[in-house]
Amino acid sequence: MSILNNKEVVIKTEKLTKRFGDFVATNEITFEVQAGEIFGFLGANGAGKTTAMRMLCGLSKPSSGKATIAGFDIYKQTESIKKNIGYMSQKFSLYEDLNILENIRFFGGIYGLSNQQLKQKSDTLIEELGLQHETKKLVGSLPLGWKQKLAFSVAIIHDPKIVFLDEPTGGVDPITRRQFWDLIYEAADSGITVFVTTHYMDEAEYCNRISMMVDGVIKALDTPTNFKQQYSAKSMDEVFFELARGAQRNE
Amino acid sequence: MDVFLNNIRKTYNKGSIIAVDDVSFGVERGELFGLIGPDGAGKTSIFRMLTTLLLPDSGNGSVTGFDIVKDYKKIRNTVGYMPGKFSLYQDLSVEENLTFFATIFNTTVKANYDLIKDIYIQIEPFKNRRAGNLSGGMKQKLALCCALIHRPTVLFLDEPTTGVDTVSRKEFWEMLKRLKQEGITILVSTPYMDEATLCERIALMQNGKILSVDTPNNITGQYQSALYAIKATDMSGLLKELRNNELIKSCYSFGEYHHISLKGENADNHSKLIASLERNGHSEIECKKIDATIEDCFINLMENKTTS
Repeated sequence: MSILNNKEVVIKTEKLTKRFGDFVATNEITFEVQAGEIFGFLGANGAGKTTAMRMLCGLSKPSSGKATIAGFDIYKQTESIKKNIGYMSQKFSLYEDLNILENIRFFGGIYGLSNQQLKQKSDTLIEELGLQHETKKLVGSLPLGWKQKLAFSVAIIHDPKIVFLDEPTGGVDPITRRQFWDLIYEAADSGITVFVTTHYMDEAEYCNRISMMVDGVIKALDTPTNFKQQYSAKSMDEVFFELARGAQRNE
Repeated sequence: MDVFLNNIRKTYNKGSIIAVDDVSFGVERGELFGLIGPDGAGKTSIFRMLTTLLLPDSGNGSVTGFDIVKDYKKIRNTVGYMPGKFSLYQDLSVEENLTFFATIFNTTVKANYDLIKDIYIQIEPFKNRRAGNLSGGMKQKLALCCALIHRPTVLFLDEPTTGVDTVSRKEFWEMLKRLKQEGITILVSTPYMDEATLCERIALMQNGKILSVDTPNNITGQYQSALYAIKATDMSGLLKELRNNELIKSCYSFGEYHHISLKGENADNHSKLIASLERNGHSEIECKKIDATIEDCFINLMENKTTS
């Protein structure tokens, strides 16, 4: 647990709750994530992950509870939160009818980079991804694996404190999926906190710590190793099954 | 043979995108057959050609003996199809959707209720709810019921478990096993490699091409090199080092272990590797010989394709 000692806390929630009418989507969740950590946010379909993530990103106002994201208050400082986080999902990431360079400039601009920063950042990014000869290609014409790597790089172009990844590896081939995790490790090594959801249980093993949401609450939170020990399970798949099979809610 | 494809090719955008590239395979009557591959492998195009919603550019195929081009009307009457995208009427209720699909196939819900009973009772409490307001899991169950209500001979399921959590995925495969016992031929696609072993035979697909067609056991049995699972205290450092080690043929993360295959058959290479890792400061090294999984085989087939 060395990672959890004397590090800056970048996500801190206390009894964070979101109600829709009499339905409690996210029910008093309390947890902390530290700088540079890869935090796996797992749960069954309908457990309340998306609702929780929308609150953490400053997109949805909580019904009650407290939280600070990158040091900013989740009620009053949502604009500062948005500037200090990156977000990528499988469903929405890049504009397909803009080319690679245009996408980088567009998102860099949205995240508030200056022209000079933009120029420098897009050069490095394109070189790192090996896309020097493809900059004028429409993103829609790229293979899915490239799109996802590009989308991730764009999501951290402004050196955010935290990057939120919502099922980032859905549908890609097994080699690309692993290359994507190389990018995640690099980001974490550079100090960016990674908050990730996934349905691939082998990927859960790559996280420093994992929270398991069931029916709106965080039912358990620990390292993959401790989880497996506690449930005498060989894999996180078994742990997930044990924790989620009693779930009442199904989206 | 209930499903048969022979040198099927399908392109889009005036031939610039090759979606299905010379694909041939067959599915026996009553078989549970899986198309396994990532997005862009060509799975959906194959489903749409077999269900007569798309015409192949070339090649031929049949479903229960009917030609997929000439006999399209007969195929449409006999097969069940659950597309990857939810395609029922959102503004009809659960019950109305089911009755609608039974009626257009000239049958009744009552006549075939035995086939869907196990699945339908799970959504029956919501039978008056509009389909558009159902949860993802319930939509999936309703779609399966509607695809089954005319007692199809062949059932086509396009990525029924994508984006679904582990628990619901297990439940879905249990349902498929029961349907198989009813004698229905099932062709199912999935991007999850771990689901491959639940099929009797599978086709591994990538970029429109078939990499391999066989039983899951035969595919994993054909894995060429000795495969090891290795872990140590610093997994990320270990991965970097293994990638640059000259004894290593391939190295990929698999959950809490990295899977490695070694170059050459020399039995010494294994102990040489461990010694060199220890020399470079890795501790608590655990390395054991393992059987290949479908995912190992898929990666291996992809690598062979790019090098050959």
